[in-house]
Amino acid sequence: MKLLKSVFVSSVMLAASAFALANNDTINGAGSTFAHPLYSKWAEEFRKESGIRVNYQAIGSGGGIRQITAKTVDFGASDAPLTDDKLNREGLIQFPTAMGAIVPVVNIPGVAPGAMKLTGKVLADIYLGNIKKWNDERITALNPGLNIPGQPIYVVHRSDGSGTTFTFTDYLSRVNEQWKNEIGVNTDITWPRKATTIGGNGNAGVASFVRRTRGAIGYVEYAYAKQNSLTHTQLASAEGTFLQPSMETFQAAAANADWANTSNFYLLLNNQPGANSWPITAATFILLHKDQADAAKTKSMLDFFEWSYAQGDQHAIALDYIPMPENVSVMVADSLRQLTVNGQPVSQ
Amino acid sequence: MLSTTNARAVDGDSIFQRLSFSSAILILLVLIGILISLIDGGWQALSEFGPGFVFSNEWDPVGSQFGAASAIYGTLVSSLIAIVIAIPAGLGTAIFLAELAPRWISKPVGMAIELLAAVPSIIYGMWGLFVFAPWFSEGFQFWALENLVGLPVIGAWFDGPPIGIGLLTAGLILSFMILPIITALTRDALQTIPNVVREAAYGVGATPFEVITRVLLPSIRNAAVGAGILGLGRALGETMAVAFVIGGANRIETSLFMPASSISSTIAQQFNEATNEMHISALISLGLVLFVLTFLVMGVARLLLKK
Repeated sequence: MKLLKSVFVSSVMLAASAFALANNDTINGAGSTFAHPLYSKWAEEFRKESGIRVNYQAIGSGGGIRQITAKTVDFGASDAPLTDDKLNREGLIQFPTAMGAIVPVVNIPGVAPGAMKLTGKVLADIYLGNIKKWNDERITALNPGLNIPGQPIYVVHRSDGSGTTFTFTDYLSRVNEQWKNEIGVNTDITWPRKATTIGGNGNAGVASFVRRTRGAIGYVEYAYAKQNSLTHTQLASAEGTFLQPSMETFQAAAANADWANTSNFYLLLNNQPGANSWPITAATFILLHKDQADAAKTKSMLDFFEWSYAQGDQHAIALDYIPMPENVSVMVADSLRQLTVNGQPVSQ
Repeated sequence: MLSTTNARAVDGDSIFQRLSFSSAILILLVLIGILISLIDGGWQALSEFGPGFVFSNEWDPVGSQFGAASAIYGTLVSSLIAIVIAIPAGLGTAIFLAELAPRWISKPVGMAIELLAAVPSIIYGMWGLFVFAPWFSEGFQFWALENLVGLPVIGAWFDGPPIGIGLLTAGLILSFMILPIITALTRDALQTIPNVVREAAYGVGATPFEVITRVLLPSIRNAAVGAGILGLGRALGETMAVAFVIGGANRIETSLFMPASSISSTIAQQFNEATNEMHISALISLGLVLFVLTFLVMGVARLLLKK
């Protein structure tokens, strides 16, 4: 009995201390799977310096938005920015933390990585099923001197809803009228029936189908294409120059993005101006409630974001993310001053 | 003295009765609770699209048009393929293990089958995608395209891209998954038949084939159908394994090589990233459709059993 009692007491104390820990020194976030490797790395490094624990769960952007709306987490993370309308309705603010790029990958016998040139319009026509063979003259015209076989094209897409699909379809609808009018933009769409489509689960699924299906084309995050040495293509910038996917062309796109003239950082980064800007890039966003309930926690959270803007770039680059340009971090710091705790401004 | 023992006996009995009664009720309550929350969550989509939700083939998150027909079709056809393959194969394995194989084979093989039942479904999915699909594409689909496509009726089933995934692959992976359940249950049923029955049958001069088909199989008929129903239930609701290999296309095609979608894989793949309220509601309605569909299929299966 005595033993039982002491077990009971100690377990209550343990639970209480875990609860206290969870309350004061832990920030909980959830959302975007794309940002997960970066936020986990930031959380790990930040904890070493400050002792504050940041838990991040990669449950998907849609889940992140639902969780922050329901206030079950301290911050949400989404790959697609929310509109002013939605932000105001839920009392949220948002800001970008890092960017990623999407690259087309192909499997055509005899075509080396980076050898094939595509324009956005032709890429959309391939996904629409208007171009069904690799030796179609719309493709060969862009690639004089490249020996392309008459392989039928298999179009590989994500079968799960994803921010990658959102960014990719947004790009296609910017560069192709037919795509814009007939297909549209979403995390998950009805893929054109004219094309021969294959749906892969996650980046891994898409990569797997592209790698082993002759004649396949797919789209994956740059980090994924690089780490798995897939055959990427060149892509035409908004100004028509052909670019290789690389940290330089991604950063050029980031630098040319016009963040200053946005409201609540609502900006889709595809097809940015500049002859050197890789055309398919996207930022990933953090969502916070404008009015916070807990002063200590808000302070920890602000410390974390401040730290990640000041010290996080090297980790982002190491993980193949593109850090935000300097001028954006100033704007984000400004925007975070809107935060209040129970109606009172946060004392920094 | 007498009264205390009496009271005790009554007490224990009534407590036990109440306990088992309330656990039975609890299951019923949970079931009703799930049903209510599915209807509540899916109401927006159900009231918007009406019966069209079940019959329409259009699933378009961009235009907010949702119809479940292709997902229902994919669920039913993949489960049907699974059951058509798994029932004869499972029954055959069970007969071999229980009646024909020597003990030194039946024991380890039986244990291996039970182990197979414990493998998580995501493993089947990943194995299906990375190991089975390439093999299936090279080993069967190219051959089928050359030799089967010309055949009447069934030819059209095999006329599609040889990419290794699609409805047929999903059905095959499902059949591997439900095979252990069907085998284990029917083998156990065969083993419960007393040896006297077999001896009597052999005694009147029956061959082993006759003993199995005329005596043993009829007596485990109920158990075998029950095993089939359990397997079918698992196939209808299976999510991750199917999500990996079905290809995620919302359309109804005659070709079994074409990518398709199933109800549960659609929910699993789209729910995380769904932000539009109508989309979320439509996904929850899909859950309700699966609930009703499973109920109907089980009902029909039980009816067949009674006949």
